[in-house]
Amino acid sequence: MTLMVPAVNVADLKDTTLLNMGIFALFVAITMVIVIRASRNNKTAADYYAAGRSFTGPQNGTAIAGDYLSAASFLGITGAIAINGYDGFMYSIGFLVAWLVALLLVAELLRNTGKFTMADVLSFRLKQRPVRIAAAISTLAVCFFYLLAQMAGAGSLISLLLGISDWGGQALVIIVVGALMIMYVLIGGMKGTTWVQIIKAMLLIAGAAVMTFWVLAIYGFNLSDLLGGAVETSGNPNLLNPGLQYGKTETSKVDFLSLGLALVLGTAALPHVLMRFYTVPTAKEARKSVVWSIWLIGIFYLFTLVLGYGAAALVGADTIKAAPGGVNSAAPLLAFHLGGPLLLGFISAVAFATILAVVAGLTITAAASFAHDIYASVIAKGKADAATEVKVARRTVVVIGLLAIAGGIFANGQNVAFLVALAFAVAASANLPTILYSLFWRRFTTQGALWSMYGGLSAAIILIALSPVVSGAKTSMIPGANFAIFPLSNPGIVSIPLAFFLGWLGTVLDKRKEDATKQAEMEVRSLTGVGAEKATNH
Amino acid sequence: MGHDAQETDAAAAVDFKEVQSTEQFQELRTRHRSFVFPLSIAFLLWYFAYVLLADYAVGFMSIKVWGNINVGLILGLLQFVSTFAITGWYVSYSNRKLDPIASEIRQEIEGHEFDKHGNPVGGTAK
Repeated sequence: MTLMVPAVNVADLKDTTLLNMGIFALFVAITMVIVIRASRNNKTAADYYAAGRSFTGPQNGTAIAGDYLSAASFLGITGAIAINGYDGFMYSIGFLVAWLVALLLVAELLRNTGKFTMADVLSFRLKQRPVRIAAAISTLAVCFFYLLAQMAGAGSLISLLLGISDWGGQALVIIVVGALMIMYVLIGGMKGTTWVQIIKAMLLIAGAAVMTFWVLAIYGFNLSDLLGGAVETSGNPNLLNPGLQYGKTETSKVDFLSLGLALVLGTAALPHVLMRFYTVPTAKEARKSVVWSIWLIGIFYLFTLVLGYGAAALVGADTIKAAPGGVNSAAPLLAFHLGGPLLLGFISAVAFATILAVVAGLTITAAASFAHDIYASVIAKGKADAATEVKVARRTVVVIGLLAIAGGIFANGQNVAFLVALAFAVAASANLPTILYSLFWRRFTTQGALWSMYGGLSAAIILIALSPVVSGAKTSMIPGANFAIFPLSNPGIVSIPLAFFLGWLGTVLDKRKEDATKQAEMEVRSLTGVGAEKATNH
Repeated sequence: MGHDAQETDAAAAVDFKEVQSTEQFQELRTRHRSFVFPLSIAFLLWYFAYVLLADYAVGFMSIKVWGNINVGLILGLLQFVSTFAITGWYVSYSNRKLDPIASEIRQEIEGHEFDKHGNPVGGTAK
């Protein structure tokens, strides 16, 4: 392979379709074997939802990184840096810093007080039924938006990577991705899903590392020269300065602040991330998981900085924008420029695997929440045995998988970054205040939890519906209509403080007091791990 | 493996209110909160200061320091450095100040249960 390939010819990409498919098929085959082997010991509910709590901190940390580094963050951030320069980089900083909330305030305490789902923790010392239902609804809402984003992303990725540009062909690929995902989750449960995440995370980080090294080598390992190259190709010195995307108007500046708030406070409240903390045996391993994921995610985002500016310098913004996948094609085009069809095939296959793995993780989270929180606790009123619960969870997987396929086909072509940001905003508004209050505020009551969760959830969704994302602008989902009375694309700056306020207000206005014994139990368990650490002795 | 940690919970009959009121537990809670709360506020302030600078002080962020490396890039990379540093600091603090007390309390509770029920489930989780 030569070091410098002349300007990327987009038409050449189609010739690599077979290679891309071959590498992807290889990934599917290898992971399927691992999933089947891993699933042999799946017997109890803890096996199915929480992988028997058998993963180590480093393994789980890698899987968390695999969950978190979705196609939206790999392709999306690289593309954003390539086109918008510094503003794309700011995205990745919010995504990383957010992990400190998880590390310091949430991960270990949550591991010690819950069993399978976020609702376990939230309903621990409050009234079971109403809180569990509210937590399950917000879990399903967040998973749904995140799922839709991944499936929609699959459609637009395919147009570039496999050269399938017609709607029917893309729909077919979305069906294939969805069907594969259903199989992984049905067969492998949490254990299988976790292994897929681990393998995918390692491939993604390795691929990004090779490309980063390569780009840096071209510029003599001088970051300043690389940045200079990006400015030269784009002809825009502002590529290195903030403001290219968000600095246009006063509204867009506030919008960025709002997005930052949602990113930083949303991560530690994403149900599929929270659920991963139950796959390790102890709080200490949960801590190690977060430490590993912070390092992996941080290093990966440093790679995307180089890759983004590398794509801006070597491929050029005009070529990227003109390619079938638009902004999302920056990383694949850079791979083609550097390593030709083979590296493109590898990066494409990893991008597919990313979607597959993230969708699988979301599906098992949503299914667990439905089976464990709604079916077992509310419909069967706690009388369902574990085997029935797992059966319900498996059926839910199929239903959610079919919904994701339908949603993905319908949402194909929608703005992926917006759907992901919405998921973060909903998580930060609906979940985080209640998680923090119930862990740290002794007086917090059921009424406070319900006001905060339903208030935060509906505020986030209503504000989005009334924002320019949905109507009133050229890029809106419904371009013809205009009912955008809320000027920001990100609701976080309003909905998150509102949810915190409602949690406080609902509590101080609540005449009922919660059980002080349960509060004591939750506090002691959360900090010491009493009872929850037993698994290490078996 | 394959056991659900809390379904086989030997700590179910513990008087948690009593444990909560012990000096030892109060000390653990104080140590935990006096570390994580100020640090959380600090990193959130530092992050939003950075976001506000990028939003409203574009001129300052664009000052070139070395070659094409400007203030904005340096501050952005410092966000990475501070995230890694806080992570390391918290881990070392937990290992030194939190884990020993937590495991003592756990052993007391679970050891107590061991005596009461004659159930040999030694609370020796590390």
